[in-house]
Amino acid sequence: MGLTADSSGINVLKENFNLELERDMTVIALAGNPNTGKSTVFNGLTGLRQHTGNWPGKTVTQAQGVFTHNGQDFMVVDLPGTYSLLSNSTEEMIARDFICFAQPDATIVVADATNLERNLNLVLQVMELTDNVILCVNLMDEAKRKNIDIDIGGLKQELNIPVIPAVARDGKGLDEIKEMAYKISYDFIDIYPIKMNYSEDVEKAVEKIVPILESSIGEIANKVNLRWLALRLIEGDRTILKSINKYYMNVDEDINVIKEHEVQADGVG
Amino acid sequence: MFLTDLPIGNKGEIMDLTARGNQRRRLLDLGLIPGTTVVAKRKSPSGDPIAYLIRGTVLALRKEETDLVNVS
Repeated sequence: MGLTADSSGINVLKENFNLELERDMTVIALAGNPNTGKSTVFNGLTGLRQHTGNWPGKTVTQAQGVFTHNGQDFMVVDLPGTYSLLSNSTEEMIARDFICFAQPDATIVVADATNLERNLNLVLQVMELTDNVILCVNLMDEAKRKNIDIDIGGLKQELNIPVIPAVARDGKGLDEIKEMAYKISYDFIDIYPIKMNYSEDVEKAVEKIVPILESSIGEIANKVNLRWLALRLIEGDRTILKSINKYYMNVDEDINVIKEHEVQADGVG
Repeated sequence: MFLTDLPIGNKGEIMDLTARGNQRRRLLDLGLIPGTTVVAKRKSPSGDPIAYLIRGTVLALRKEETDLVNVS
């Protein structure tokens, strides 16, 4: 359930993401491609109680706001609009680091119903990073106008995550999102998203790297998704190590051992 | 041929990417996946970048990127 003051999550949030949290406040992240109506969803969820803030040292303006549902307060963080969590622009790194290290109780990915295929790339990436994902298929009215029929049930089944159709502009779907965020944050339901499996080479490399990471990063090993971390290292993404240093500090130097296991493969390398 | 050489107004199908690392990741994230149909839409005055219709979105890509994409 919610981030509490004695977990390290709250310190990460405070020190690095400039979020002021009251005790036990639940944190919900909003991710999505640019122009999917993410901010409309954000405004719809938080109403007039919204206030904006900046990430320290970043040019990217962030919004955070609060809503109350079933008597619980939820902090909503509007992440920068991105197509990916992995290509290493500043926006993508902020979104990635927030989901990976600040570990929100739930992440809502807002997708454009009129261009769903393109949006699902980010959905899969978020599902790989965290189990607590809700897909909000927004702009359902525009899709209808364009004669696009979205098979919500089919999406649910394929992805194995909650999928909520929405027209955020008209406030449609927002209550369902709140209720789902509540259920996930307070452990009334568990979500097991479909996980991507890679080629044998890559999976073998992951198996080798995960134990190394486990011993190298010590106490935070149970707080971050090690499989995901291993996949990033296999890709040759070093920025993730910098982020570990930044948020948790003192990464053991023998993390460099991983170089030996680097592999290149289609779709991963 | 390279995506760079796809004539304006023509359609092609992405065969493979020779990009590696972050650049490969970026192109894949933008929707340039083998099997994807691309249409060369228009050239900028200098000929670089070129705008392509890819998976419902028009994207401007530079020669240094489109030289790493093979199309048929």
